Amino acid sequence: MLRLEGIEIALGDFRLRAEMELAQGQSYAVIGPSGAGKSTLLGALCGFVPLRAGRVVWQSQDITTAPPGERPMTMLFQDNNLFPHLSVTQNVGLGIRPDMRLSVEDKDRVAAALARVGLADQAGKKPGALSGGQQSRVALARVLVQARPWVLLDEPFAALGPALRLEMLDLVAGLVAETGAGLIMVTHTPEDVRRIADQVIFVDDGVARAPEPAAELMDNPPPELKAYLG
Amino acid sequence: MAWRSVPVSTKSGVSMAALVVVLILGALIAVLSRAEAGTGFAPSDWAAMRFTVWQAFLSALFSVLLAVPVARALARRRFLGRGVLVTLLGAPFILPVIVAVLGLLAVFGRSGWLNLLLEGLGLPAVSIYGIQGVVLAHVFFNLPLATRLLLQGWQTVPAERFRLAAQLRLTPWAVFRTLELPLLRKVVPGVAALIFVICLTSFAVALTLGGGPRATTLELAIYQAFRFDFDLGRAALLSVVQLVMAGGAALLALWIIPAISMGSGQDRPLLRWDARGGWQRLWDGCVIALAAGFLLVPLCAVVLRGVTGIVVMPGSVWQAAGASFYVSVLSVLVLGAIALPMAGWIASRRAGGVEAVGLLGLSASPLMIGTGWFIVINPLMNPAALALPVTALVNALMALPFVLRIIVPRLRDTLQDFGRVTETLGMRGWPLWRWVILPRLAPQLGFAAGLTGALSMGDLGVITLFADMDRATLPLQMYRLMGAYQMQAASGAALLLLVMALGAFWACDAVGKHYAAA
Repeated sequence: MLRLEGIEIALGDFRLRAEMELAQGQSYAVIGPSGAGKSTLLGALCGFVPLRAGRVVWQSQDITTAPPGERPMTMLFQDNNLFPHLSVTQNVGLGIRPDMRLSVEDKDRVAAALARVGLADQAGKKPGALSGGQQSRVALARVLVQARPWVLLDEPFAALGPALRLEMLDLVAGLVAETGAGLIMVTHTPEDVRRIADQVIFVDDGVARAPEPAAELMDNPPPELKAYLG
Repeated sequence: MAWRSVPVSTKSGVSMAALVVVLILGALIAVLSRAEAGTGFAPSDWAAMRFTVWQAFLSALFSVLLAVPVARALARRRFLGRGVLVTLLGAPFILPVIVAVLGLLAVFGRSGWLNLLLEGLGLPAVSIYGIQGVVLAHVFFNLPLATRLLLQGWQTVPAERFRLAAQLRLTPWAVFRTLELPLLRKVVPGVAALIFVICLTSFAVALTLGGGPRATTLELAIYQAFRFDFDLGRAALLSVVQLVMAGGAALLALWIIPAISMGSGQDRPLLRWDARGGWQRLWDGCVIALAAGFLLVPLCAVVLRGVTGIVVMPGSVWQAAGASFYVSVLSVLVLGAIALPMAGWIASRRAGGVEAVGLLGLSASPLMIGTGWFIVINPLMNPAALALPVTALVNALMALPFVLRIIVPRLRDTLQDFGRVTETLGMRGWPLWRWVILPRLAPQLGFAAGLTGALSMGDLGVITLFADMDRATLPLQMYRLMGAYQMQAASGAALLLLVMALGAFWACDAVGKHYAAA
């Protein structure tokens, strides 16, 4: 259980409050208007945005001030998820050992993860030699070897075409189902929500509301959400 | 969202910056402690101060005046070899001063090509020694710099303006007045100020072409007080004057000195529709030919004379070459140890501050620092024993501001782009440098190392204070050969030094490019 207790974020004039409990193994979609603070909320969970008040608690352990690398979560950003000067294998290997000292078993895990995302034959290439969809797969292979309890997606597939984006989302859904990880993803598309989210966190007007079941919420949206969805 | 994350440790960067401050301040305190103000300034000291300012003023004036037509011609002409010429304009930066001086002597010296020509025409000979030689050498070094900076300025004028000027059928004079004059008014003061500050602390040129009561710079006076009279008190006093003067000028000029761009991108000529007339073409062609000749003929002279001289070089030259190689490698290593952590610290802060560091470096006088350390070391041990390491360290300090300017922007971009992902991966310390920063910065690091290596290889400054007869770097050995009128051997040494300095730059730059990240 990941608990956000009375969280308050203040960045300049921007304010965001959140109070919620997130269950591992569930998939949460974070939706809301542009600038409402969806990315900021994910950044705060990951440790990139300092909290003005409140606590983040993971399994009764306070991780409010833990550095990003020591939290039970991994995050994919909109861009720059891969190092262009390192090979596919190296990019994935960093998920196991940040100093790249990989044992034989580690290397096997990297190879297995690459095989799982369908890139077994691309291991030696640099990201620049891959297509956009393949680059996303490399990042997902790294998420797989990191094996953190939570996976956070800040629209990493935004630059892909619609079909490719859905393909990636299905791959993500499959991966978190296999590893039992929880998923928190920012999205703009109601279609994505219906496709893989169990719960929806609606962010608007300085508040990230507690999650509600996705299907019911999307079928009977409250007025603010209705205004956003159009 | 502009999240700011700082995965780079700032502790080592701050300590290195503190070390630099201690090294410079320590020298200053040592100098102050020995400066004997009691006797006041001798008339020769006043003369040195006047000469220092006057020659710097003239050097800045002529460099900029001559650079304007050259930059103008380069900005509006396209021809075969233009890119090569623009690249060559960057070469004086890494060219050892004493090599250039020898080249200038071959052309303008007592028995140089110019005087041979004058003699043939029955005209009186000209002398290169004295203020005219000092200014000539300074123009040789700074005309290319001024041209590059002015060319940068010209390229900030949008092509649309020139298109508009062509549509309006403006006369050449009208184009100059409406487009180019406002630009020059904006750029010229800064360029002139920069050259003035650089020439204030000139040493090697004054040492070789100046001297005597009427052509001694402060930097040279420090050396003479030190070397000939061994009057540390007077050397210290002059160092203080030098620091106040150069530092003051740098501070005053702080706001108008332009950013020194080391990168390329200047070989892109603007498409121009004006200045198509035959006379203007002829004029631009002459200007470019003259400027290229002024830069290339002395260098050709070095190569031509050096080839015959290299066989008669005494063994001491090879020994000195070894010492110079050692100094050069050491100063690159020292600089790396200082500059990388400092760059990490500066880059993880918001912009600013770097410019100030750069200017302080420009105004710091190597001989002042050398004098200070000599005063500190002298009671403890024989300073000559430390001649080479001290030279390497001072050279590293002198190159530091330029190197920071080269690597900080790229490092800042790298942290901006990859700071968050390295944090989610928990990459800190050495793995972060090893796998992310160093590979991303390879071209910049290679370029910076090359610059430092070449500058250090060709430096003739602090080594003159510390060296004894057994220890010399190649530039110093070359200077000694010149002083002993062994010009052929000196020419050989000059060629060797030229090859080593350019080679050091080329090798480091090539390694950096080889490892350039995808």
